Amino acid sequence: MTDISASLVLALRLITGADPELWRVVTLSLEVSLAASILACALGLPLGAWVAVRRFPGRRAVIVTLNALLGMPSVVVGLVVYLMLSRAGPFGSLGILFTPKAIVIAQTLLVLPIVAAMARQFVEDAWGEYREQLTSLGVTPTRAVPTLLIDLRYSLLTVVLLGFGRAASEVGAVMIVGGNIDGVTRVMTTAIALETSKGDLPLALALGIVLISVVLALNTAAYLMREWSERRHG
Amino acid sequence: MADALFPLEARGLSVRLGSHDALRSVDLDMDGTRRVVILGANGAGKSVLLRTLHGLLAPTGGTLRWAGSAARPARQAMVFQRPVLLRRSAIANIEYALSVNGVDGEERHRRAHSALARVGLSHLADRQARVLSGGEQQRVALARAWALEPRVLFLDEPTASLDPTAAAEVERIVGEIHASGTAVVLTSHNLGLARRFADDIVFIEEGRITEKTPAESFFASPASPEASLFLQGELP
Repeated sequence: MTDISASLVLALRLITGADPELWRVVTLSLEVSLAASILACALGLPLGAWVAVRRFPGRRAVIVTLNALLGMPSVVVGLVVYLMLSRAGPFGSLGILFTPKAIVIAQTLLVLPIVAAMARQFVEDAWGEYREQLTSLGVTPTRAVPTLLIDLRYSLLTVVLLGFGRAASEVGAVMIVGGNIDGVTRVMTTAIALETSKGDLPLALALGIVLISVVLALNTAAYLMREWSERRHG
Repeated sequence: MADALFPLEARGLSVRLGSHDALRSVDLDMDGTRRVVILGANGAGKSVLLRTLHGLLAPTGGTLRWAGSAARPARQAMVFQRPVLLRRSAIANIEYALSVNGVDGEERHRRAHSALARVGLSHLADRQARVLSGGEQQRVALARAWALEPRVLFLDEPTASLDPTAAAEVERIVGEIHASGTAVVLTSHNLGLARRFADDIVFIEEGRITEKTPAESFFASPASPEASLFLQGELP
């Protein structure tokens, strides 16, 4: 118990003292997670909205697949990306395995189904309310996609932040494709795993506190923004 | 006013929703000059008929022709019982509808503001549409429809969710829209509105039109026993 207390005190000192190693890891984590979230949202939001408003053969299969991908083990994603990017893989010539780019790709693939599946649900619910009116105005389903995404922007912000949280908290896939190389691909989650195994609890705890704080701050911001939006936009 | 959109001719129009025959072999003619009110009990098929004429529902049988053409005419609009407005300002809602219909630039701005002025809501142009009162939202929906300069406007129970003051204002605006040259077809439960507004009454029962007659004669001597019961308030 004394060890934990002491580690906690040291962890807080690392945070308040702006420890360079700690903040290098935090910065890289936020950068790759942000990049992955942006990519996943750029693809997933329109994809989810499109599936929500269009009727096409195989639509049910697409929805089931999207939902199933939500539960896909992250180490499997990591393994697939590893195989694709390894020297013998189809994208081996890019030479990006064990770089932050590989982490971004793995995180994007993990976040994409979450964003797409949740966007589909949000947009499908809204489409039930808007469909007749928009159709009456002459809006095609394809044009309805950006209209609905803009109209639901504050609700979808929750999805975006959820995706970011998922990316930032990923360990397995990031470890496989990033390699947890100090100063290159070491992010908060992989550093926590490593430092804990080494017994360096202060750094692991400091990273954990930062990680939780980031997720908490983002979710608070999303909650407040939704409340504000409901008051302002109805 | 008669124009290239009319006459409207429906022959044997049928709509089946699931296992329910919502419209059964409906014949209907309109020349676009008279204000038409569709009356009927709950579930009689009023809204289904309106949506089919507007093109939101595809008939499962029969034909629908506008000026002899089976193509859905572009210059038409519909206002629903509960207005669906986007999460943007009142004026932006109208401009969006104009943009979708290919009206851009200064013309879009001018028509949007003009329509909002005609429904008496210029002072609320920049207010978020979805936080307006129910009556104001319905007036924005009317302005949006009016801005499109439709040749025919369909209204599905446009005053049903409104208090009497807001309903009277909506009724006045619909009258002005008609006076500006737009054919108006509306459904209503409100017999007072129908008496004041209708030139012709279409009475529908269980998916069939049982009467289409001038309003005076309908209210003076309805031909069917169901219409008599409806006028006596005996049908829901």
